Amino acid sequence: MLRFLLGRIGRAALTIAMVVTFAFVVLRLSGDPAQIIMGADAPPEAVDAFRTAWGLDQPVWVQYFHYFGAILSGDLGRSMRDGRDALVLVTERIPATLALTLPALLIKIGLGIPAGIYAALHRNSLADRIVMVVAVAGFTVPSFVLGLLLVLVFAVQLGWLPSGGQEGWRHAILPVITLGLGGAAVLARFTRSAMLEVLGQPYIRTASAKGVPWRAVVTRHALPNAAIPTVTIIGFMVGSLIAGAVVVESVFSWPGVGRLLVVAVANRDLAVVQCILLLVATTMVCANLVVDLLYGLLDPRLRSAPRRAGA
Amino acid sequence: MPAGVVTGAPLVAIRGLRVAFDGQPALRGIDLDVAPGEAVGLVGESGCGKSVTWLAALGLLPARAAIAGQVRLGETELLGAPATTLEKVRGGRVAMIFQDPASSLNPVHRIGRQITEALALHRGITGGAARSEARRLLDQVGIPDAGRRLDAYPHELSGGQNQRVMIAIALAGRPELLVADEPTTALDVTIQAQILALLQQLRRETGMALVLISHDLGVVAETCERVCVMYAGRIVEEAPTARLFAAPAHPYTRGLLGALPPMDGPRRRLSAIPGGVPEPWAMPPGCAFAPRCPHRIGPCDGAVPSDAMLATGHRAACIRATVAPLLAEAAE
Ligand SMILES: Nc1ncnc2c1ncn2[C@@H]1O[C@H](COP(=O)(O)OP(=O)(O)O)[C@@H](O)[C@H]1O
Ligand code: SF4
Ligand SMILES: [Mg+2]
Repeated sequence: MLRFLLGRIGRAALTIAMVVTFAFVVLRLSGDPAQIIMGADAPPEAVDAFRTAWGLDQPVWVQYFHYFGAILSGDLGRSMRDGRDALVLVTERIPATLALTLPALLIKIGLGIPAGIYAALHRNSLADRIVMVVAVAGFTVPSFVLGLLLVLVFAVQLGWLPSGGQEGWRHAILPVITLGLGGAAVLARFTRSAMLEVLGQPYIRTASAKGVPWRAVVTRHALPNAAIPTVTIIGFMVGSLIAGAVVVESVFSWPGVGRLLVVAVANRDLAVVQCILLLVATTMVCANLVVDLLYGLLDPRLRSAPRRAGA
Repeated sequence: MPAGVVTGAPLVAIRGLRVAFDGQPALRGIDLDVAPGEAVGLVGESGCGKSVTWLAALGLLPARAAIAGQVRLGETELLGAPATTLEKVRGGRVAMIFQDPASSLNPVHRIGRQITEALALHRGITGGAARSEARRLLDQVGIPDAGRRLDAYPHELSGGQNQRVMIAIALAGRPELLVADEPTTALDVTIQAQILALLQQLRRETGMALVLISHDLGVVAETCERVCVMYAGRIVEEAPTARLFAAPAHPYTRGLLGALPPMDGPRRRLSAIPGGVPEPWAMPPGCAFAPRCPHRIGPCDGAVPSDAMLATGHRAACIRATVAPLLAEAAE
């Protein structure tokens, strides 16, 4: 178990390091931050001075090692815009993002899982078809389209809710619904197929052949088994609590991490972008780690190495 | 009508059982009796409807299966019976075990729990009493170190042991009939023999009836007093085992017997009859076996052959079954 854990943690660290490196390379290759921040018509001396101040005149690999070394010592750099600590800048925005993504996660789970279970248990019924049509729609319609649609109906036409901004909970309703519906659709589809897969297994027939009433077959023999694959997708959703709202935050001009990321990328604010990517990668990797451990809890086959005995 | 020499009321009486999936017939009129305590074999190539017969009888087919006919268990009609009735029967009066023991047990529950679940349902035993009864059942089906095995998961046991666990679960409800659907097909030959011996021993100990489903006539011959041969959704021949081997009347049965390897040789699948089972949507108009039958004559294609009674307890659905040369040839 300890070996398993250490192995997983090692892999997690490696993943994060790769993300950091990748972000560094892409951002350095995609344009000169000094020129962008100073503006196209800035005098060359000023741009050079900016470069020297931020170490951008060094060879790229030196910048990379400096950056990596700093991260290891907990220093994530400063924003090139206003010189504030990047980590502080980013963490300030986390509560706003969680204010959208946490309620949305509840909607995803509370709506998606029951809908998926119901659809699977009533396969090919009218309800199943409706759930599937809605789920496919929610799955394929991009969140900015859904967001704009909701704004059009509830803010512009009906005037019930504000279309953007962040003054109080009413402003959160439309973005939360936008996020929640899309995720619920994904989860419903996933849960349905996991349930159908399990319901087709021979041990379900065994349970029925034992005389277990259908309700108990579902709750005792199907749901725990179908939970195993579903946990993966929920883990992914938990992992994207920080990063999963980039589009929706932009559509609703919500001042979360996602919007900060968009602005920072546009400005080539390297430290901030890298700090966000690091944060996102870390939450993803941690969620994955938890999923792996949950797997072990839910599925005894993964817990113990098979020790077969003769017949 | 079944030809079984059933004296007294049968335990299970199946009459005119028909099943169709999406309009395609899988069973085309099954008549079958099982007497209390007897062992009946049900043989035939894969896909001929052996499993569907008993899944239909116990209400275990998916809702889209169209089922007609009668299945009486004592005084109780099972087809169309309310769920509560069926739940009492399943695992209670009639238990069923399946081909692939490894996937027939729930991988996330311990063995003990899967046995005590049946004990709670059918005998109202729970808690410590259930655990010790489960342990006794594991002992009875020959699992060593039963107490520890209660806490094992199915993946920790071998296929043969899992099948023993399935049998223990089946015994938990003290059934009057055990339907064993190809219980040894997925197992090694030596384990096969052990499981068959166990079934015979349990039948002696408990007095329950046994329906042994197999595609292997050899397996059935060792265990059952009576054999029903199925082909394309019908029972085409039924006879006491000894008689079936001595004087098979249906060309299909004789094909199966011809395909049997010598007693001491390795078992193989029934494949020596040329051709394949007709698809449900391309059923011949007359005898379903006609396209593969070496004795086919014109009238065979005219109508589905009805049962010919050949002797007490011996029937065959072949228009030439009563023809002397065929019988003589069969008796050689
Ligand atoms: N759930 C099902 N859905 C559709 N067709 C089925 C189903 N179960 C069985 N069948 C069909 O019914 C026929 C008989 O199957 P089965 O009873 O399983 O054969 P076997 O004699 O091998 O046990 C086959 O043609 C099979 O394809
Ligand atoms: S009825 Fe005709 S075709 Fe069918 S088994 Fe008998 S002889 Fe063969
Ligand atoms: Mg079968």
